[in-house]
Amino acid sequence: MSEKTSINETIAWQDITPGGNIYSSGNSINFHTGDWRTNRPILALEKCSHCLLCVPVCPDSSIPIKDGKRQDFDYDHCKGCGICAKACPLNCISMIPEGSKEVE
Amino acid sequence: MPKTTEIRWHGRGGQGAKTASLLLADVAFNTGKYVQGFPEYGPERMGAPITAYNRISDKKIRVHSNIYDPNFVVVVDETLLESIPVTKGLKPDGTVIINTPKSPEEIRPQLKGWSGIIKTIDARKISEEALGRNFPNTPMLAAVVKVSGIMDDKEFISQMKHSFEHKFASKPEVISGNMNALERSLKEVR
Amino acid sequence: MSIRERLSGNEAIATAMKQINPDVVAAFPITPSTEIPQYFSKYIADGLVDTEFVPVESEHSAMSACVGSESAGARTMTATSSCGLALMHEILYIAASNRLPITLAVVNRALSGPININADHSDSMGSRDAGWIQIYSESNQEAYDNFIQAVRIAEHKDVRLPIMVCQDGFITSHAVENIELIEDDKVKEFVGEYNPKNYLLNNKQPMSIGPYDTPAYYMEHKRLQAEGMKNAKDVLLKVAKEFENMTGRKYDLFETYKLEDADTAIVVINSTAGTAKDAIDRLRKEGKKAGLLKIRLFRPFPAEEIAEALKHLKAIAVMDRCDSFSNQGGPLGADIKSALYGTENAPKLINYVYGIGGRDVRVENIIEVYDSLYEIIETGKTGETYRYLSVREREVE
Repeated sequence: MSEKTSINETIAWQDITPGGNIYSSGNSINFHTGDWRTNRPILALEKCSHCLLCVPVCPDSSIPIKDGKRQDFDYDHCKGCGICAKACPLNCISMIPEGSKEVE
Repeated sequence: MPKTTEIRWHGRGGQGAKTASLLLADVAFNTGKYVQGFPEYGPERMGAPITAYNRISDKKIRVHSNIYDPNFVVVVDETLLESIPVTKGLKPDGTVIINTPKSPEEIRPQLKGWSGIIKTIDARKISEEALGRNFPNTPMLAAVVKVSGIMDDKEFISQMKHSFEHKFASKPEVISGNMNALERSLKEVR
Repeated sequence: MSIRERLSGNEAIATAMKQINPDVVAAFPITPSTEIPQYFSKYIADGLVDTEFVPVESEHSAMSACVGSESAGARTMTATSSCGLALMHEILYIAASNRLPITLAVVNRALSGPININADHSDSMGSRDAGWIQIYSESNQEAYDNFIQAVRIAEHKDVRLPIMVCQDGFITSHAVENIELIEDDKVKEFVGEYNPKNYLLNNKQPMSIGPYDTPAYYMEHKRLQAEGMKNAKDVLLKVAKEFENMTGRKYDLFETYKLEDADTAIVVINSTAGTAKDAIDRLRKEGKKAGLLKIRLFRPFPAEEIAEALKHLKAIAVMDRCDSFSNQGGPLGADIKSALYGTENAPKLINYVYGIGGRDVRVENIIEVYDSLYEIIETGKTGETYRYLSVREREVE
């Protein structure tokens, strides 16, 4: 029986895994939850002190860190909950409606 | 002996009629027969009338129903004669074997019109004298073997000895009492 | 050389379990299957098997524990009856859809109510759509043989489905009868080691089991599951052939008795088949061409083969040891009728509900059924097709 881990809605029954079993680990990264978002966090990087208080409160691990400094949001997985914006002591994260002009 | 011998046991819950039917199946099996030993099941209540059955045959047994017209009926407790029509369906040339101190002719009036063969055995007395307790099923088993002729006495005794040695491996002191009960019963059934 | 023994049906199943020596048995006691885990836990205490026995607080938990251990990669078994099987019902479907080849010994008993502990098939018939393979057994011998074969059928890579091996409560489960056992080493060799390809405790391949399924995928998963069931029939026949080579005992999708030249037949499940064979021999002596078809594999249902075996008959009585309250008869009746749909000049068919709640079935009762069939042939009138056998009733004025 199939052990395919990457599937989409065109898959035939012959190719799907029994019972929907997933035969590998660490593959939730392939599931882009970013398109669930209605509000989008925008980081004003120039104001950010890299205190990193936003990082542990993010429920979707969507704030990457590199060399002790936070990077821009992982928009493939950020669901736009806004907890980071509340947690930021310097108010450098603002939430704007997804798809609004300001996004671009 | 007919092709298949059918035996119906009447006893009371807790008296060991079921165990006796299974023991009979055991010894008949050991002499190379095809056997069935099964009780009629319901809620198990000490003292309530129970029925158990045996089929013993030289051929494979396929039928899976209770027994309605047996060749032999075994009554483990004579007080059942009051409430249970024990000879119901018993073949006219069949035999009823009753645990009682009475002789066959003394007990006949209690059998409500049965005119066939009656055999009696005082299994209670034998058990109490040989085993010190009332376990009527061991002497009843021997009486059934003797009366039915399903196997030779000597073969039966040697099979039972073997079976008791296995069953009572942890308390060998009871083996001789049980063997004594069997041998007395073979002689005393009348 | 086989081993000549005398065992009850429950002892026979427990013996098969002992010889198979599964990794896990999780069970909760219920009459009349209680003796199976009871004997088996003695084998564990005596060191005859090294099975992990999981005593649980209900049958729902028993089947849940079985799902867990089988997912982990352990060969897993259990036993139940009646309300116990009903309490497992929810988890039965999970075992099937997760493709877990659990082996379950069902000792058939009526479902309440009224509360009753004796034989009928309402329990396993209630589970017939759960996606489990179901095999039925006439005797202690068949229960034993079927249980050993069941492991191979269920675990086969083209099947991977859970399996129930059913026998009649008390009638065979508690009756001591002759049986031929297979030597331990031969049973072990026949069932082999259980090496599932994917399993939860495999640290080289982490996996997730039982995820939520959206409408976009559920149907494909179910269609895949149905394919396992489709494959089960051929796998069962192959396993039966191997079993026959080992023991000389022949098994098939179903058994026929004097059916080829028969004009009437009954279709029956479990212990009543033996009683029916004696009835047929009596009828044959009177010159009546009576025959029998005994169901072995009920799920999947070998409809084409059954229709082929029955199509030459003039009249058939399908015997259901439970009612489905469809006003049409029982579940076996419905399946046989649908199997015969499209058969040209299909035999006349009546469906009896019989023997429920342990009502004894005698040779004479079966002969009554054949008498009804001959009456149908003589008069050309089928009459009521949904009938109760040996039920007390007042004459209707």
